[in-house]
Amino acid sequence: MVDVNKLEFGIETFGDIIANEDGSLKSAAESIRQIIHEGEVADQYGIDVIGVGEHHRPDYSVSSPETVLAAIAAVTKNIKLATAVTVLSSDDPVRVYERFATLDGLSAGRAQIMLGRGSFTESFPLFGYDLIDYDDLFNEKLELYDLLRKEKPVTWSGKFRASLKDQEVYPKTEHGELETYIGIGGSPESIVRAARFGYKVILAIIGGQADRFKPYIDLYHEAAKELNMPEYPVAVHSHGFIADDEDEAIEVAFKNIKANFDRIGLTRGWAPMSREQFDNETKVGSFYVGDPETVAQRIARTIDLLDLGRFDLVYGAGNQTAAQRERMIELFATKVIPRVKEILLEKEAAK
Amino acid sequence: MTIKRVGILGAGKVGIVLAGLALDAGYEVRISGSGSVKKIDLIIKTLVPGAIASENSEVVANSDIIILAIPLSRYKNIDAALLKDKLVIDATNYWWETDGIREEVLAPDSTSSEQVQAYFKDSTLVKAFNHMGYHNLQEETHPKGDPKRKALFVTGDDRTAVDQVAAFVDTMGFDQVIHYDIADGIMTEPGSPLFGASLNYKDLKRVIDHFDQTEFGQKVAASKIK
Repeated sequence: MVDVNKLEFGIETFGDIIANEDGSLKSAAESIRQIIHEGEVADQYGIDVIGVGEHHRPDYSVSSPETVLAAIAAVTKNIKLATAVTVLSSDDPVRVYERFATLDGLSAGRAQIMLGRGSFTESFPLFGYDLIDYDDLFNEKLELYDLLRKEKPVTWSGKFRASLKDQEVYPKTEHGELETYIGIGGSPESIVRAARFGYKVILAIIGGQADRFKPYIDLYHEAAKELNMPEYPVAVHSHGFIADDEDEAIEVAFKNIKANFDRIGLTRGWAPMSREQFDNETKVGSFYVGDPETVAQRIARTIDLLDLGRFDLVYGAGNQTAAQRERMIELFATKVIPRVKEILLEKEAAK
Repeated sequence: MTIKRVGILGAGKVGIVLAGLALDAGYEVRISGSGSVKKIDLIIKTLVPGAIASENSEVVANSDIIILAIPLSRYKNIDAALLKDKLVIDATNYWWETDGIREEVLAPDSTSSEQVQAYFKDSTLVKAFNHMGYHNLQEETHPKGDPKRKALFVTGDDRTAVDQVAAFVDTMGFDQVIHYDIADGIMTEPGSPLFGASLNYKDLKRVIDHFDQTEFGQKVAASKIK
């Protein structure tokens, strides 16, 4: 049963390049500075989490999310500072720990790591890893990260990095443990792995109906029980766009999300998104697009259906203007979130 | 041969979806992962209750048709002799996120299913279920005659086998566009306008019929993959 009072809401950006009003594009540097401003705005409105992605491509501005989060930390008070996601497979777990422990210190305990295998692959050759080790890299590095997270001397050896013997890693955090999620794209093995490590789970639902993930959430809980590990409410992340006017929201989202997906599709060989596919995604699928009421109804349905503890909306996909992005954050915080809670409380009362 | 028992090699996203569809269609379903039964037991029990989690050899021994639903780069991990004399559906694709660099997995001068068929030389291979996204496969099954019904491309060198697989695809909830040439599998490989698309019979057939007019078709012709 969803605990409405404990529900968390987040926004996540992949650091898309922002457009000027005339359609020309801002620089990556300007796009990064805009994210700091958006983090500040989100914090003022009481949004619980901001997540920043890690990409190593020309169409995204952020390759070093902790640096961006550190700047947000300096201008905010309460908002949690997350990555979405940290590509652990091509990173060094020791460095990951150090960067986040530093961010945690800077922000008085607001750092949150989302570890993932990443859905882009540029980071592998960039940092000298072979894609063929995709799975092994993540498994091994997660094991090491898990030891580091305990903040005690670590003795470890593996295939992909130098061994550690009774090694202390610094700084230690104030709460003794970094809050850690594992980001999952829907591979059943990944879900069992997250349960085995006892980490929180955030599911990326970026295509199709949320309904098909219900068995996956059951799987997480069953696996946690069987492995005698802690169970947490599951979080979901999906794309969305909110505007005052329903039709405007749909048109802006179609143009931008389609452009974004098609551009990625080009490099992976999948077909461009058709209008039919897009409309399906916004009506019953995983794009939360529309005016505040429409989006609130659809988010409430997903939270209730999947029994979630947190819902993150991915914003800014494609090349949106700063005004569109900021208005979306404002509407999400001031209209959508309160309305989602209201709908869920009504549902609860009706039960 | 009547197909009553479906065996799926691969318990990932695609394998699980196809297991669910086969169960819905009334088949007896066995499924295996890359490791022990224990590793996938809970996954199968929770996601596709009714399917039987088994080892590869058990799946093959007890099934009338086998679906390959593993990452393409791992097909050589399966002993070719294991699938001897079997009717095999190749649902695999080259997918760089899991397979790495194409040249390391596939020879540049032929299509992926030709290479999988060459490896499983004593099996009859038919390519199907490879070009529609797994969540579309899961969500878009419709009974025969339904105007919303989507279509899948089915192709292979053995006519009888292709027709059998086409009939099987029909029971799974999709129309079929049929060719009798495994090399035509290229028409639905990544890069094709059909890869990731979810189309009805008419639209799928139109692209297949005029494949040489697509940008990808022209690229394929120029590189002489076929």
